[in-house]
Amino acid sequence: MSELHFFIDYARCIGCQACVQACQECDTHRGVSMIHLETIERHDSVQTAPQVCMHCEDPICARVCPADAIKQTPDGVTQSSLKPRCIGCSNCVLACPFGVPKYYGRIDQMMKCDYCYDRTSTGKRPMCATVCPSQALAFTTREEIERTRAGVAINEWWFGGERVRTKVFVVVPAKTRSLGVGLVQIHKKAALGARDDVAALLEEGA
Amino acid sequence: MARLPTSLDALSEEFGPHPSHEPAGGWLPIGEPDRVVKTHCCFCGQQCGLQLKVKNEKVVGFEPWEEFPFNRGKLCPKGVKRYLQDEHRDRLRTPLERADGVGFRPVAWDPALDRVAAEMRRIQQTYGADAFALLTGASLTNERAYLVGKFARVALRTANIDYNGRLCMVSAAAASKKVLGIDRAANPWSDIPKADVILIAGANIGECAPITTDYIWQARERGAKIIVLDPRMTPIARTVDLFIPVKPGGDIGVFNGMLHVMIERGWIDRAFIAAHTTGWEALAEAIKRYPPSRAAEIAGVPAPMIVRAAELWGPARTSFLLHARGIEHHSKGVENCMAAINLVVATGRIGREGCGYAMVTGQGNGQGGREQGQKCDQLPGGRDIENPEHRRHIADVWGVPEHSIPHKGLSAVPILEAIHEGRIKGLLLLCFNPMVSLPDQSFIRAALEELEFFCVIDFFLSETAQHADLVLPTALMEEDEGTTTNVEGRVIHHRRVVAPPTGIREDWRILCDLAQRLDAGQHFRYRSPAEIFAELRRASRGGVSDYYGITWERIDREGGVFWPCPSPEHPGTPRLYEGARFGHPDGKAHFQAVDWRPAAEEPDAEYPIILTTGRVVAHYLSGTQTRRIGGLVDQTPEPYCEIHPRLAEQLGVRDGEMVRVESRRGAVTVRALVVRTIRPDTVFVPYHWPGERAANRATIRALDPVSNIPEYKICAVRVTPA
Repeated sequence: MSELHFFIDYARCIGCQACVQACQECDTHRGVSMIHLETIERHDSVQTAPQVCMHCEDPICARVCPADAIKQTPDGVTQSSLKPRCIGCSNCVLACPFGVPKYYGRIDQMMKCDYCYDRTSTGKRPMCATVCPSQALAFTTREEIERTRAGVAINEWWFGGERVRTKVFVVVPAKTRSLGVGLVQIHKKAALGARDDVAALLEEGA
Repeated sequence: MARLPTSLDALSEEFGPHPSHEPAGGWLPIGEPDRVVKTHCCFCGQQCGLQLKVKNEKVVGFEPWEEFPFNRGKLCPKGVKRYLQDEHRDRLRTPLERADGVGFRPVAWDPALDRVAAEMRRIQQTYGADAFALLTGASLTNERAYLVGKFARVALRTANIDYNGRLCMVSAAAASKKVLGIDRAANPWSDIPKADVILIAGANIGECAPITTDYIWQARERGAKIIVLDPRMTPIARTVDLFIPVKPGGDIGVFNGMLHVMIERGWIDRAFIAAHTTGWEALAEAIKRYPPSRAAEIAGVPAPMIVRAAELWGPARTSFLLHARGIEHHSKGVENCMAAINLVVATGRIGREGCGYAMVTGQGNGQGGREQGQKCDQLPGGRDIENPEHRRHIADVWGVPEHSIPHKGLSAVPILEAIHEGRIKGLLLLCFNPMVSLPDQSFIRAALEELEFFCVIDFFLSETAQHADLVLPTALMEEDEGTTTNVEGRVIHHRRVVAPPTGIREDWRILCDLAQRLDAGQHFRYRSPAEIFAELRRASRGGVSDYYGITWERIDREGGVFWPCPSPEHPGTPRLYEGARFGHPDGKAHFQAVDWRPAAEEPDAEYPIILTTGRVVAHYLSGTQTRRIGGLVDQTPEPYCEIHPRLAEQLGVRDGEMVRVESRRGAVTVRALVVRTIRPDTVFVPYHWPGERAANRATIRALDPVSNIPEYKICAVRVTPA
């Protein structure tokens, strides 16, 4: 069988939080959920988006760590900080382009999604991607994704001029090659499509 | 006497709900469990397969069950966290007797059961056999549902037994039977991804049947067109091809309007209609009254939406209809469903791969719970309690004279009404929490206060059990064994994962113990649920829902077995109506012409806004279980009122502030959630909470005349800042 990979397909997410609840059940960090489920803007839409660690090929969090506390396994999984080394400085929290690492004051340590390493390293699928009822999170082969999804799976991002390649793939509309994430003007309100407003739909028709 | 025995605060302090945030032994790593048991989630009609981890005879965690064919390991948050009920501090561990001014006092099993039996006798001897009623639930296993129906008819001989499926599946059931002849989803879920167009009517799939989402998305990946009817833009509706934000109660406008366009443009299968149906002429005549302009007026949406729906649905090669409570919870719920099913039959797209129809059954054993004879008008096997032949068959299986079996009794809400009027004096209730789930809460509470004797069987002290004279503690699903029948009609096996805690008896033992005390012990000599299932198979034999060929061993081996399965050699029936053979004696489908009519209570000058109610993904039904599971409570801690910004502005309501949602019957005060995803003429409040937070304080006790389902989806309210 081909290698299993992690895929995020944002268009499928229904915001049910099965991933959040299941992440808590993982033996390496029981009781604490490492996945982030973002509710984009509930007043305007029911859209939600799950965010696991993308496991960058060259992890930025590890590069900026002054204590060398963040390690990558030979199979490309970036782990939570090592307890004896982490100094709680939160450089990683600030540097991650995906907003994944979080600093936990109670244990004075950074923790993050570790690809369910206790499971994936023994051939099991990660908790979140196994339970995800919409399969917005999926752990399967590239062939299976190509066979069953209309979009394509990519793992190349551009943050301004910087290219980031990740172990985790995202499913995007066909023909997309990479994802450019430019600067966002946070004070400017995004224009709402009529599609998002039920009152507008009722006025404009189909 | 069913007033609270002490203050609500005192009861809540002792019995909860206290959200449990940690499993037995805390959040420490489990390590190697002693065993991992394959079973199912109990928190909706999909009945997803999962595995529970056991250590030192306690359920300590879960593991996905990826081989189970229906859900392949997928679960919603309820399935993930369901195991946190097991070692819950709120579990009842002894029978409890009300003690006025104190609350509840422990009592031993024997005196407790003696008292229940004595009260049953006293009430029945004083007021007649039907003065003692049973209210039961669609989350019971098939075995328990069968047993409680038999208990009512054989041990108590009361006609008055009904169940909370009356709040859930009955409109879909009646419509299916009238049009197609059988009350079951027509297709297995594996047909959904093969459909070219999917019509989802009044079903918030993402929250109420989350696993089904993947089936729908699989179809979408293949290029299927998806249409959603809902007053709210649900997570599924957000990205579909056509979202029709229908006005609550306007669904018939959409369905009849679509059929009008389809007839006009020739998108119906005339050969199929001629060969396999009756009633087409009457239907076609009625449909003439629904040109898109009038249909749109009824539906409260622009006419082009209805035309577009017809254009997507009409000419498709394959199609699938899914509907749920959104069109069923109406005083015209049966008619809404029939109008939808007409669209399926008119195209002849049923009984084939990728072609069909399903109601999305909501409760744990919503399908099986309605087949085994706990409905007021039904005997096991989906049999009719007024049909002499059906009565004789069941009388033979039970070993009782046919005439001793009572005739049709009252359905759930009329039972409460009869209690209110003093015609029913005693009540045994299990697996039902009317003090959250029934409409017009102040009436329901007043009714319970009229009872002379009220016994509740539950694992927690539900809001209803707080009013009881006697409470008997029972086992959770994973502490007993049995079968349920999932949303597809697939019969599945719930294994006993651990023994019930000391002091607790399973429902079936309690019923058998009571039957013994009512001198009917010879009819209730079961040593295990397996023996009850063996009798259920014989009782269902030859009926519509025939389980005769199904055994627990076959279920385990085959990943479930679909009924009807009339013999051990029979493979089961995943897809009904193959070869266009329908369930009626003439083998045909019977079109039902349906005309739109208004709801029992439409908005007016005094109460100008429509209130519609429903579920959220984190909670199950009345919340007796899920409001005790910490992770689920954190996810949705309280009800809220969805309100469109335009309406909010008119009313002076601001996001996050408390609003009072008031009808002619009562008011509920909840936080406003101002969102663009709902119609501006409608507000939505989820119903899982009791007391001051109960949406059902406001809802109306209006019933569908055929199914007797309450109209949870429409009543008139005014909304004001609280």
